[in-house]
Amino acid sequence: MNLDFDPGLQQFRAEVAGWLAAHVPAEPLPSVDTAEGFAQHRAWEARLAAAGLAAVSWPASYGGRDASLLEWLVFEEEYHAANGPVRVGQNGLFVLAPTLLAHGTDEQRARILPPMARADEVWAQAWSEPGAGSDLAAIRSRAVRTDGGWLLSGAKTWSSRAVFADRAFGLFRSDPEAERHRGLTYLMFDLRRDGVTVRPIPQLDGEAGFAEIFLDDVFVPDDDVVGEPGNGWQVAMSSAGHERGLPLRSPGRFMATAARLVDLWQRHGDPADTELAGRVADAWIGARAYQLQGYRLASRGNRGGGVAQSSLTKVYWSELDLAMYETALDVLGARAELRDEPGPDGRWLDGYLFALAGPIYAGTNEIQRSILAERALGLPR
Amino acid sequence: MYFTLSGEQRQFSASLHGMLTVGDALTSARRWAAGDHEPGLIIWRSLATAGVTGLNVPQEFGGLAADPADLLVACEELGHHALPGPIAESLAVVPHLLAGVVARPGTDAAVADRVGSWLAGLASGQLIATLAAPPLLPFAANADAAGLILIAEAGTLRLAEPAALHPSVNAARTLADVRQAELITEGTAVTAALRTALDLGTIACAAQLLGASRALLEASARHAQHRVQFGRAIGSFQAVKHQLADVLIQLEFARPLLFAAAISLAEKSADAPRDVSAAKVACSRAANLAARAALQVHGAIGYTAEHDVSQWLTLIRSLSLAWGSEAMHKARVLGALTGQSAGGQPLREQPCG
Repeated sequence: MNLDFDPGLQQFRAEVAGWLAAHVPAEPLPSVDTAEGFAQHRAWEARLAAAGLAAVSWPASYGGRDASLLEWLVFEEEYHAANGPVRVGQNGLFVLAPTLLAHGTDEQRARILPPMARADEVWAQAWSEPGAGSDLAAIRSRAVRTDGGWLLSGAKTWSSRAVFADRAFGLFRSDPEAERHRGLTYLMFDLRRDGVTVRPIPQLDGEAGFAEIFLDDVFVPDDDVVGEPGNGWQVAMSSAGHERGLPLRSPGRFMATAARLVDLWQRHGDPADTELAGRVADAWIGARAYQLQGYRLASRGNRGGGVAQSSLTKVYWSELDLAMYETALDVLGARAELRDEPGPDGRWLDGYLFALAGPIYAGTNEIQRSILAERALGLPR
Repeated sequence: MYFTLSGEQRQFSASLHGMLTVGDALTSARRWAAGDHEPGLIIWRSLATAGVTGLNVPQEFGGLAADPADLLVACEELGHHALPGPIAESLAVVPHLLAGVVARPGTDAAVADRVGSWLAGLASGQLIATLAAPPLLPFAANADAAGLILIAEAGTLRLAEPAALHPSVNAARTLADVRQAELITEGTAVTAALRTALDLGTIACAAQLLGASRALLEASARHAQHRVQFGRAIGSFQAVKHQLADVLIQLEFARPLLFAAAISLAEKSADAPRDVSAAKVACSRAANLAARAALQVHGAIGYTAEHDVSQWLTLIRSLSLAWGSEAMHKARVLGALTGQSAGGQPLREQPCG
């Protein structure tokens, strides 16, 4: 057993670190949930793409670098250590793209992936509905067959970054007569078409980070169906389509947070507060465990690990993240609640507010725990 | 980068699992607790045949001089089966200490001979050893089953005489107050070897905790699949599912920390103290969660002496308390990260608070 990085990997790491050092903006970009911020994040993605770094795991033919899981982990470590901007294209890059790579056609991949990598097209997800959150199979938004394609109608909700995104993907009910998991179709559609209304929803942190999407007979051509009509559930729930673990939130992100927390502790912490010190130690231990788990999965030649691994990992990173931010706020003490605290110390509160959402999005942790118990421990449904 | 068990290590684990199942280590632990060590000692001797007792013994004394990762694979299986005896001391700490003595140039020939014969005895399974190393190990574990009892203290390595023998919450474990006896050797070589030896012992303990946790999770899942109440298997209830899912998560993320510590020790990395402490914290936490969850899922039947849950639960309780407190290990991790005083330090019990 070893944890060594071969010369090729070390070189890749150095290349990535060097590029990021030269290009990551010194000041954080404006919030991705504002028009100006979204535009600046889009421009950042284009710069990443021009350097071949927007989607390193993709095949080179689509703008990637055929990176192995280990190379991707290294890229992510450097990206987050360098405080790289939020990936505005993440829905497309980390959810739709793997789905297209596994279930799409060559035509779809060639048409969709390169503009996605460049952020010429930024994607939103359209899964949840007011009546269908955890119970996604309860969705009612319709895809009605028409000449050459489908007409979408209904309402989707909690769609992150849909306010400024260009396109969206999600599940629609194409056969209301069929058993509820069977009559679903996975479609991609334009958010800028007639018939689409996007209404931002203010979040508890004051940002309009997600939105409702209202669809009124929006046309989608047959070419924008992923997989077979009626087979949408299977596509969405496949490993590629449903990855919520490692590929969604890399260990590098949490290692960087833990490192900043240790630094915060050194500057602000009361050495006599051994309980709080213990929580800081826990943060690093937790993040390091995730980093090592990533290396372990990479060594087993296992890109994501399967559904149970995905659920295991999702619960783990989301609760680790929240614990780290809670600890940071406790270290900061009375100043922690200030929304106008300048500098890096002021960003912990934003991070905490975002971390609160972690146990909810990408499948609530309650659902993930049930999946884990059923798939990995054999407990009955 | 190869951070997973090799095919050989998996096979080794599987063969130990088979051996300990056939040997019925769990029953041997009950007999040991009742004062009959023989079934347990039979298993120890069969482990010696498999090379387990010699994993950390140099080859010239009949050992395997194996990687710390192999030691962990073995110790996890021993914890999985609740094997009684001074496992971390006899498999990890004492061999490392004694090997250090023999290897040191300038060691007296008579001493080297004596120590060499102990090493050979450990490898062959004829000898079981334990030690006290205050302040981390104030007692010698299972001294009543050990043919060699040592005490490492203040730069000296001595034979030790057991005085009072205390029963542990784990009925198959005793803790002995010991007195210093005949000097074997002393000096910086002892101090240096002791640091690494205690780190090896700590992760050997952590590996047993992980194995015991896995046993409890497996038992709990089986119980939840079969126990019917309200017309359904209790494993169909979310409260049960979620409790056990949490145990699985903790176990799965403790495991890589354990093996990273083995690598750091093997490579004599400066990060070893940090990594050893991280592993002990994570494995203890996972084990305590596994123990609580197993007891809850089993209900009152898990609280009986007759049910096996009690075996693993009490093993976990004793081993998670031993080999350094949570507070001490977390301080050692944080100290290593901040470059401050507690970091990188040899294991020692520090007053809490």
